[in-house]
Amino acid sequence: MYAGILGDTRLPELTDLLWEETFATLYIVGLTLLIGGLFGLVLGLALSTTRRGGLLANRPVFVVLNVGVNFFRPIPFVIFIGAVQPFSRAVVGTGIGEKAIIFAMTLAATFGISRIVEQNLVGVDPGVIEAARSMGAGRLRIVLTVLIPEALGPLILGYTFVLVAIIDMSAIAGAIGAGGLGAFALQYGWRQFDTVVTWTTVLIIVALVQIAQFGGNSLARKVMRR
Amino acid sequence: MALLEIRDVRKEFPARSRGGSPTVAVDGVDLDVEAGEIFGIVGYSGAGKSTLIRLVNALEPATSGSIKVAGTEIVGLGERQLQEVRRGIGMVFQQFNLMNSRTVYGNLAFPLQVAGVPKSEHRARISELLHFVGLADKALAYPDQLSGGQKQRVGIARALATSPSLLLADEATSALDPETTQEVLALLKQVNTELGITIVLITHEMEVIKTIADRVAVMEQGRVIEQGPVFDLFSRPQHPATRRFVSTLIDDEPSARALEVLQERHDGRFVTLAFRDPAVRQSQVFAELIAREVAFELVYGGIEDIQGQTFGNLTLSLTGDPAQIEAALAAVRERVDVREVA
Repeated sequence: MYAGILGDTRLPELTDLLWEETFATLYIVGLTLLIGGLFGLVLGLALSTTRRGGLLANRPVFVVLNVGVNFFRPIPFVIFIGAVQPFSRAVVGTGIGEKAIIFAMTLAATFGISRIVEQNLVGVDPGVIEAARSMGAGRLRIVLTVLIPEALGPLILGYTFVLVAIIDMSAIAGAIGAGGLGAFALQYGWRQFDTVVTWTTVLIIVALVQIAQFGGNSLARKVMRR
Repeated sequence: MALLEIRDVRKEFPARSRGGSPTVAVDGVDLDVEAGEIFGIVGYSGAGKSTLIRLVNALEPATSGSIKVAGTEIVGLGERQLQEVRRGIGMVFQQFNLMNSRTVYGNLAFPLQVAGVPKSEHRARISELLHFVGLADKALAYPDQLSGGQKQRVGIARALATSPSLLLADEATSALDPETTQEVLALLKQVNTELGITIVLITHEMEVIKTIADRVAVMEQGRVIEQGPVFDLFSRPQHPATRRFVSTLIDDEPSARALEVLQERHDGRFVTLAFRDPAVRQSQVFAELIAREVAFELVYGGIEDIQGQTFGNLTLSLTGDPAQIEAALAAVRERVDVREVA
């Protein structure tokens, strides 16, 4: 036991575990961003191209997707985790632990990202799309070589925003027995009245968010040449 | 056979709201554009000209009718075949529509990639295009570093990349200042004469038509209300809408208000003489009036030059014996068009 102004702390003996949990958070967040980012991109593309005036304008498909996203997105994440547990068991084989939290976070991130992707792609000048069509380009080519590159700067900023939200979401992983910094802070910091542990964890999370935001901003700036 | 044959083409847009009636943007248009000419389509916004030009490369599918480009019927073709057709038709836009994420080089490479031109040939072709439009030093610039005129030059170069036989220009100069407009029009003329590319251009500015078009069609409410050689349209506009367009550029007939003021000052009979035939001399006409002792005064008028041909409208106030005036006008009518001005 060590004593300080913030009270007694067991931080030194927890250092190894703290590092382990930091990497667990990075793993969960990284995998969620990767898979959710990909699915969100596809869903966002579908939303933006099937709406009226889009490249693949298709009202029924748009309505279904739009209503679907609106249905899932407002569910508070802590409830969402429990609600999707049955699906989690069906897809990844378990409703608890790391796999289950990645499943739930990926799903939630997909819906969130899809809206951000949609907004940014809808913002692309329709005239540029029309010009590409006038040159005889096919739809897939236009999506991949015109639509996404033209929106890349704002897309990177959008993904950065989502990344920060995912780090936020990961704090609640402990609710279904998954690890990470959030669970660590609750278990060894808050519940043990160990303020030093709580704040150390908080500072690590803040540092991760800062790094993510800084990285995203500078990448976006590079792409947008501003 | 015309390069572009449009027959009874209609385009309806579905009603925006349930129960509303569909909007008819193009309503039974017939046009022939001959290979090698510059064909202008003029009309106010909402006249349907923008839609019509988009039917030609099927950016919008026609509702009915026939559109033949170099003999190929494009109405009813599938998307894949249309992509093939579009590669043979260049298009230039009012807002340039360049990709901001790509350099000038990248923008010009896009149509080449689409057309499947091997990458090894891009450099030479792009260099050739940039020299043609006078932007050889801007290959690595991004569109937001260029002026409006430079952007449109890139737009033209891009449209020419795959050597199309037909170039569609959608208000290509409407976003440019007058001086830059003249430069871009000169470039389009060069495209037409040096590369032999047929151009269909739409505009709401008669200046553009007067400067480079060979023939012109006037559109109103989805229909072509008048068409013909540019000189004929300017010198003998038939339809009221055409007259309005011509009057934006040529002010050789007094307006109703101007006429009121003129008639307060002059008490004679007002007639407007329209000189069209280069063989008819003004002196011959005036001689007829003098022979019958009709006194005349020139109260309004102008002589115009349209692509090297001249025509004029002269409004005269005539005084003298009414019978003599009548006789003199009968003789004058043999040489020029005479219109009474009330």
